[in-house]
Amino acid sequence: MTDAVALVPLFPLLAVLVNFFAGKRMSKTTVGIMASGSVGASFLASVVALMGLMALEPGQRSVEINLYSWISSGNFEVPFGFLLDPLSAVMILVVTGVGFLIHVYSTGYMHDDDGFARYFLFLNLFVFAMLLLVLGNSYLILFIGWEGVGLCSYLLIGFWFTKDTASEAGKKAFIVNRIGDFGFILGMLLIVYHFGTLQFTEVFHKAPTIFHSGDTAVLVITLLLFVGAMGKSAQIPLHIWLPDAMEGPTPVSALIHAATMVTAGVYMVCRSSALFELSPVTLSIVAVVGAVTALFAATIALTQNDIKRVLAYSTVSQLGYMFLAAGVGAYVAAIFHLVTHAFFKALLFLGSGSVIHALHEEQDIRKMGGLRKYMPTTHRTFLIGSLAIAGVPPLAGFMSKDEILFEVFNWGRGSGWLLLWIGGMVTAFMTAFYMFRLVYKTFYGESRMDPEVEKHAHESPPSITVPLSILALLSVIGGFLGIPVIKKWNILHNWLGGVFQAAVEHGPEAVEAASHLAEELGLMTVSVIVAVSGIMLARSIILRRPEVAEGLSQKYSVLYQLSLNKWWVDEFYDRVVVKPLKALSDWCWTVFDVKGIDGAVNGTAWTANKTSGILRKLQTGFVQNYALSIVIGLVVMLALALI
Amino acid sequence: MESLSFPILSTVVYLPAIGALLMALFIPGRKVQVIRRFALGVAFVDFLVSLAILPFFNAGTADFQLVERTTWIPGIGAQYLMGVDGISLLLVLLTTVLGVLAILSSFSSITVRVKEYMISLLILQTGMLGVFFALDIVLFYVFWEVMLIPMALLIGIWGGPRRIYAAVKFFLFTLVGSLFMLIGFLVLYFSHQSLTGEYTFEIIRFMDFNFPAGVQMWAFWALFLGFAIKVPMFPFHTWLPDAHVEAPTAGSVILAGVLLKMGTYGFIRFSLPMLPEASLKAVPVVATLAVVGIIYGALVAWAQTDIKKLVAYSSVSHLGFVMLGLFTFTVQGIQGGVLQMINHGLSTGALFLLVGILYERRHTRMINAFGGLAAQIPLFTVVFGIVTFSSIGLPGLNGFIGEFLILLGSYQARMWIFGALAASGVILSAIYMLSMFKRVMYGPLDKEENKNLEDLNVRELFTLVPIVILIFWIGVYPRPFLNVLEAPVGRVMNRLESAKMPVAVTPLEDAGIQVALTFPDGEGIE
Repeated sequence: MTDAVALVPLFPLLAVLVNFFAGKRMSKTTVGIMASGSVGASFLASVVALMGLMALEPGQRSVEINLYSWISSGNFEVPFGFLLDPLSAVMILVVTGVGFLIHVYSTGYMHDDDGFARYFLFLNLFVFAMLLLVLGNSYLILFIGWEGVGLCSYLLIGFWFTKDTASEAGKKAFIVNRIGDFGFILGMLLIVYHFGTLQFTEVFHKAPTIFHSGDTAVLVITLLLFVGAMGKSAQIPLHIWLPDAMEGPTPVSALIHAATMVTAGVYMVCRSSALFELSPVTLSIVAVVGAVTALFAATIALTQNDIKRVLAYSTVSQLGYMFLAAGVGAYVAAIFHLVTHAFFKALLFLGSGSVIHALHEEQDIRKMGGLRKYMPTTHRTFLIGSLAIAGVPPLAGFMSKDEILFEVFNWGRGSGWLLLWIGGMVTAFMTAFYMFRLVYKTFYGESRMDPEVEKHAHESPPSITVPLSILALLSVIGGFLGIPVIKKWNILHNWLGGVFQAAVEHGPEAVEAASHLAEELGLMTVSVIVAVSGIMLARSIILRRPEVAEGLSQKYSVLYQLSLNKWWVDEFYDRVVVKPLKALSDWCWTVFDVKGIDGAVNGTAWTANKTSGILRKLQTGFVQNYALSIVIGLVVMLALALI
Repeated sequence: MESLSFPILSTVVYLPAIGALLMALFIPGRKVQVIRRFALGVAFVDFLVSLAILPFFNAGTADFQLVERTTWIPGIGAQYLMGVDGISLLLVLLTTVLGVLAILSSFSSITVRVKEYMISLLILQTGMLGVFFALDIVLFYVFWEVMLIPMALLIGIWGGPRRIYAAVKFFLFTLVGSLFMLIGFLVLYFSHQSLTGEYTFEIIRFMDFNFPAGVQMWAFWALFLGFAIKVPMFPFHTWLPDAHVEAPTAGSVILAGVLLKMGTYGFIRFSLPMLPEASLKAVPVVATLAVVGIIYGALVAWAQTDIKKLVAYSSVSHLGFVMLGLFTFTVQGIQGGVLQMINHGLSTGALFLLVGILYERRHTRMINAFGGLAAQIPLFTVVFGIVTFSSIGLPGLNGFIGEFLILLGSYQARMWIFGALAASGVILSAIYMLSMFKRVMYGPLDKEENKNLEDLNVRELFTLVPIVILIFWIGVYPRPFLNVLEAPVGRVMNRLESAKMPVAVTPLEDAGIQVALTFPDGEGIE
């Protein structure tokens, strides 16, 4: 049954091919059914593969299927193959499951778009690439998927390509990702140098024998891989592309820029845990970058007025949590949060899409308000998603975030653990605040809508509300995959434990069981208090007394502007990186190439030309001239002979 | 060494020239349609004949196959000697494919002196194919120079406004290069003669001969100038943008697709196997120029306002990759380098075809004359997009395989800094290609002249689809291509490995080599 895994990427690929060659001639309904159906079929195949995997002994749950030899050069070989293990099984279920719901949602959301077939072509291609990414059994297959999802992201962000901002955002996303990929590629090259292969099982198996903990080589390798992860998962300083990526259709933001692709960096780091575990320095850097990004992005989300931008910065922030978890060696917690985040953030994005759809492409929350009565289902599901991300028990976000913070608190090494934990808690507080600022501004209070828009405000059709409801359900129950406190009930922990063998040794098990329980409950209480106070603050100053919020933004206008303008990072890069590089590029051409090299070339030609002009005067063809030179020569020779 | 009673290699080489001769003699210049179809037919038959090499080709051996040998100029030891190995096989197939597409692409764009144009293209074809098959240096040199004239004519007669400047520049640059190359060849010839007493120009003989270190040095740098100009390597590249911009579409396709491979082919056929020690010593210089070329070419490409010029400078960058690969002296680097020669031929060839298609419709190639074309010409957009990403090196397409193997080779050779700098080309290529793609294809369709642009017609589609298929084929299943290269690259590697040892060693062993030199191994061609 595990062989079914080969079918998982096959279905979306087939849909891509059919759509590519015949999509224009097919009706929208057919395209929609085919596209959604292929992902649905993939989901079923994933379930079958999962069951096959579960039937195996825990120690045997790592199945490789090699289809053919892809690259073979000298002693370097990369087969085109898949690895099905508990980690990839979880990932394919999330990708195809959430992917399926978003495909269905899209059939409604994109129904009136002229590029309907093209949209689903790209979306199916994305699912295919994402499945390659998580199923690949080597870094290089992962990398095909990695760049493939980058391509689809580029195509879908710029889907409405006649809009300049959209195509610019797509380009920016691809280029910033390439900066990360530069690191990833160098990391792979070093892996080949040391291991002679890029196959996961071989690399991870050999890693402890080739490297000692803390070796420079493994430090460099893991840092380079992490640079790749920072690009894909929008971590500081490569986070700048993700907010702009919101130019794409909203379901795309949900699927690619929230639930799946942006988590690829987290997946890759977790997948490579055997390497990262050998480099404590890298792990510390991962944790710090994650924590800083979480905090930083949350400060920006506090003041944004575009509903999707708030969610985008929230995504950056939540991804920071995942890296924080990975950095402290809590890989299971990172994957857990990845899964629950996929549920509630997809839900939130799709909910925002439902709102935007209802308000005729309005995205500014200052022009919303009171939508609760027009869109009851959207409101209810959005509220559930917000409660989940804010960390209200027992919703999914609470469970996973709490596990991360617990692990950080108990981090066995590094003296800065308390700072990281406090950072995580402050982020949690801000998360609760900005999410409920969003909820209140959108769905509660007085309407600030255009009367014309308000007249048409309506609940979305079932193709939109049904996926919302299912995701809402998952956001409620998803957390029970990782029940805290009682480890043997923690399904995810037991399921993934074997993949992260190396990490588990100094993970939560190291903590004494008795103090463990009290401590975990204590920390949980703190989390709940933080979450609730964030919500209450939003309630009091956004909903009840907006003038307070207004006053605060005036009083601390420097901070407010800093947040509103996203800390001017884009402007900084523009001045420090983009403009100088462009100037260098222009200089290379107009000065060095045209004036320098070509100047020398043409100068040589000019000199040759002039010299020949002078020399040709020697051969004028006039006999008198020749006679004259003969006479002169004669005189000179005579003179020389006589002297 | 296998030989076939039928001289298939010569057939491939001379068929286009014979076609050109027949055309010159029997088809009047006014019958334009007949001329076009005849030329296309000749090129296509030539392509089929070149495919017919495959069943007789054995990928398992590094020896030259299907050898044709006759005495030619016995006085100086020059022979008529042709043969094929995996490297030349791939390049020949690339040439015959691009030849067909180049002719097909000129059907509507060339309307004056069609007959002369087609004759030039066909003769050019013969010259290029001859270069790849020649196994005698004199023969090689003759074909090398044969290419020069039709190409200069194509630029100078059917080119753009500054065609004369470009043609002269192209001609002089390459001529200077080939003179240095000739000097290098003569150094080898006389050195070999003085050590063995035998007058020969046989390439295979030289490949297995250990030239003295001093000779290697001189010969290497003479050949280097010749090949580096042809590649072109930074800083010898300035003829290329002018030649490309002024050349007609087919000229650019052939120039980028095949002619630019002559230099790199020279390095792998002559410099590396014949002069391994000098090559090893030259690594710092060559690798530096290669990496500078990668970055510099990309930066200058970014600054361009003319699409064709942008593609031309991107070639400088891509060929920097090829050169770096060859000079890593690793299996992966050299295989990747040769594969990247093919990849560059395909993707850059296709880019020039696409630019030509735009130019034919709008009579401009300036980036800012376009914008928003994606809405108007969707089919063109798809092909352009695929080719763009092939050029950027997206995994799953051809460019990635070559680039990755080259970078891999550089790290296997512990060239950390070179490899890292070269890898930054991954970022830069995305910047300049996507910036151009965005400005041409995306945004609002706001220029009046672009609102009636026609999408690809069937003929144009036929010129592009074969390339697109190859782009995917090499990206998804590169095995056949890498397989063919394995044996000949292994042969080059053996030569380099044997040279690697003396470099780092004692004078005593060095003396051993000098002794060995007096006993050239008499194997030659088996």
